[in-house]
Amino acid sequence: MAARLGADRRNPWDARFWTGFALSGLVLGLAIPLLNRWVAPDSPFAVPDYLVPLLGKYLCYAILALSLDLVWGYAGILSLGHGAFFALGGYCMGMYLMRQIGTRGVYGNPLLPDFMVFLNWQELPWFWWGFDHFAWAMAMVMLVPGVFAFVFGWLAFRSRVTGVYLSIITQAMTYALWLAFFRNDMGFGGNNGLTDYKDILGWDLHLPETRLGLYLATVAGLGVAYLLCRFITVSKLGRVLLALRDAESRVRFLGYSTTHAKLFVFTVSAVLAGIAGALYVPQIGIINPSEFSPANSIEIAIWVSVGGRGTLVGAAIGAVLVNLAKTWLTSAAPEIWLFFLGGLFVLTTLVFPRGIVGIFRHLPWPRARRASPMGVKPPVAAEKQT
Amino acid sequence: MLAVEFGGAEKWIPAFAGTTIKGVCRRFYGFAVLLILVAGNLPAQAEDLAAVVGGLGGGSFADKEKAIVALGRSGDPRAVPILQALGGDRLRKAPDGRVVIVDAGGAGARLTDAATGQPLPDLAPDSLDRIIVNNRLRGAIEGALGALTLFSPDRAARLAAAQDALRHPSAATVALLEKALSTEQDPEIRTAMQRSLSASHLFAGSKEERLAAIRALGTATDPQVKNLLDVFRYTANIDPELYKAAGEALASIDSRLRWTGIAANLFQGISLGSVLLLAAIGLAITFGVMGVINMAHGEMIMLGAYVAVVVQQLFRAFLPLGLLDAYLVVAIPAAFLFAGLLGVLLERCLIRFLYGRPLETLLATWGISLVLQQAVRSVFGSPNKEVANPSWMTGGFDVIGGFTVTWNRLYIILFCFVVLGALALILNRTRFGLHMRAVTQNRDMAAAMGIPTARIDALTFGLGSGIAGMAGVALSQVGNVSPNLGTIYIVDSFMVVVFGGVGNLMGTLVGALSLGIVNKLLEPYAGAILGKIVVLIAIILFIQRRPRGLFALKGRTADAEA
Repeated sequence: MAARLGADRRNPWDARFWTGFALSGLVLGLAIPLLNRWVAPDSPFAVPDYLVPLLGKYLCYAILALSLDLVWGYAGILSLGHGAFFALGGYCMGMYLMRQIGTRGVYGNPLLPDFMVFLNWQELPWFWWGFDHFAWAMAMVMLVPGVFAFVFGWLAFRSRVTGVYLSIITQAMTYALWLAFFRNDMGFGGNNGLTDYKDILGWDLHLPETRLGLYLATVAGLGVAYLLCRFITVSKLGRVLLALRDAESRVRFLGYSTTHAKLFVFTVSAVLAGIAGALYVPQIGIINPSEFSPANSIEIAIWVSVGGRGTLVGAAIGAVLVNLAKTWLTSAAPEIWLFFLGGLFVLTTLVFPRGIVGIFRHLPWPRARRASPMGVKPPVAAEKQT
Repeated sequence: MLAVEFGGAEKWIPAFAGTTIKGVCRRFYGFAVLLILVAGNLPAQAEDLAAVVGGLGGGSFADKEKAIVALGRSGDPRAVPILQALGGDRLRKAPDGRVVIVDAGGAGARLTDAATGQPLPDLAPDSLDRIIVNNRLRGAIEGALGALTLFSPDRAARLAAAQDALRHPSAATVALLEKALSTEQDPEIRTAMQRSLSASHLFAGSKEERLAAIRALGTATDPQVKNLLDVFRYTANIDPELYKAAGEALASIDSRLRWTGIAANLFQGISLGSVLLLAAIGLAITFGVMGVINMAHGEMIMLGAYVAVVVQQLFRAFLPLGLLDAYLVVAIPAAFLFAGLLGVLLERCLIRFLYGRPLETLLATWGISLVLQQAVRSVFGSPNKEVANPSWMTGGFDVIGGFTVTWNRLYIILFCFVVLGALALILNRTRFGLHMRAVTQNRDMAAAMGIPTARIDALTFGLGSGIAGMAGVALSQVGNVSPNLGTIYIVDSFMVVVFGGVGNLMGTLVGALSLGIVNKLLEPYAGAILGKIVVLIAIILFIQRRPRGLFALKGRTADAEA
């Protein structure tokens, strides 16, 4: 870990970054599948089958956290709508998976998913057209959240809605979508959402091999997302974003179009969140409106905060750690979980504003001292507003 | 509240609470059977109660039905508990043929002789036979009870029965109602009886009587009357003159119903708006003064509601029952102080360390809100708590037919404006208010002029939280209290603030009322959820034109944040 933390963020070919990246890739993408498939199940090193989708879920959350970190950590936009983009991507995937059920549903209707038969619908609504095809569904996974974010961002950034105002407005958007998807008339399964999937691209979703495949797809997705975010943040655009996070008016006065920069990064980030959602749904086996819950969106911010806002690796680590704690606590002591989560919110903002990565970076290690000047400024100064 | 009084029977027969369509049909049928049997000899002598009651223990259903009908006809108030017991399966037959009422199940049952009302302590409960009723008899029982209550000494029961009769118009009811009208004194009950009588004339009268009935019914504002006329209009072989008259009456009822519908929605909207105003006003002033969003604001509302719960329980436990109505007098200041102190504590221990970092304040206060919710859930449990309205806040009054203004909502509207007025006075007439406004406009300058900004912040936060606490007490009067009460209102409160602009009472007032009214006016057309979505989208679009809200602060300070 420490090797990557001190990496020079400006240099795209920084050797230590790539070493860390490759190592993480090897552990996640090679070691875990090997331990799952080729180690005897009773060995202490074996990764049991049930853990694979769970790990996959954490990695989906890591992608989601990356996407939020990109806008919040680097551009200062605290979006409370990323849970909604995640869910939109998830719904697109869910629609594809629903279409794959075909006549194997309870009603065996060749044209309509079960819930539409149940609601006595006669024909497939137009927005379900094309979801029989994987390619179309994947395009929608990216397009729906992307276009949504683009239109919303265009409206918001153009009128220079910033700071907490923007957060509240994105929360209102999430809230509106949440309410909307609960309605049966929307044609997305209402309260129950979409579930009971059978297979994906012809592979049975209940087979351990398929699950391992989905897990590997998630690892690959995380890798690509990470590289994309890194590419954006080390580029010139990334520097403009950092600058506008710290002093937006000044950047505007210097002649940069902050609106366009923010819009771009917001849209990219929403697409990433959508992809995370699409990877999440087949591994979990259900998507329902509760994914839109405004509380979920705020929770993503705490993953990023815990890991270290403004550091990509921090966001990913935070997502995994907080969700590990969630899995453990919600089963071991459910009433403690909310106290713990609430405490995390307070502690990370008050005591550890730089998160776990920040703590590591400020340990007196000789390597860590080499923090680059472009490294993240302490958020205290970063968000100081006049 | 568009409260329509449906039926009365379920009020006094707990066993029949929750009327189903089947139940209504059953009751209608039973009533009709009864009345057809009774109609001929209504003024007949009241038979000896004991003899009639003995018939209830008869072998066949036909015998029992005869007895039930006779009881209904007797006009004897003593018949009411017997019929209720029969309907509730609490009537038994003793071996000696006496009919017995059982008051509680099991071994400790209290037995009374139905005919005499005497207790029968030495009767063995297991020697009794159940008196079985079928659906037909249940209908007859309800009909008989309905007829009995037209003459009941209890005013509310009479009124309910008179209104209930509207739904069973028939030739037979005419006689009953005419008899009841001849002795009735109460004007409200007379009106209800006359209306029911008109309805009965409509279905069983001469053409002139029918025309008069249609004209009389045309002045009503009642969906039930409308249905009745609708049914009448489409009966076969109707006289064209009657058809036309019914059509006119329907049109006039319709237009009145539409207006009362709009008025009712408007009232609902103002009521919702005033609740939103109470919830949002604290948020608006803290946001105005400190530039931070308090996500735990909703939980202050929730805590206020729980203060009302606790105060009421304390009143129940320690004070005489007569004082229970006064619990609000204690609950409102208690909620204000409790939530206010918590707010000050929160500001001193948490928020002041996060100044200049509004986004992190948002997250930290969200964390606080999670903790508070879970804490309340741990202490009080997750099921809803109910707070009883004080007696002077229960019920309502009918403005025009079908449009009822409930006292609790009316008082909340008044309370909301009192709070708003008090707050306006504090802001404009006190030193603290002056300081608050100064800090809102320019914090640095205010500090330079010697205003203790830290203290102002803490007090503002306390004030905002305290008002939220009072909003909680108000909310406890119109709904259930649950740990997630705050989350229901928090997004809407944010929308009010975004829409109205911050640091400005007028903006919050206009924002809250317009959101409330628009929400409620959209509801009949779009449904509650779609209406809400439309409002949210409208606000997102609205901030395109006015990013700082309807009543933005003008001047250089306004864009310092950008």
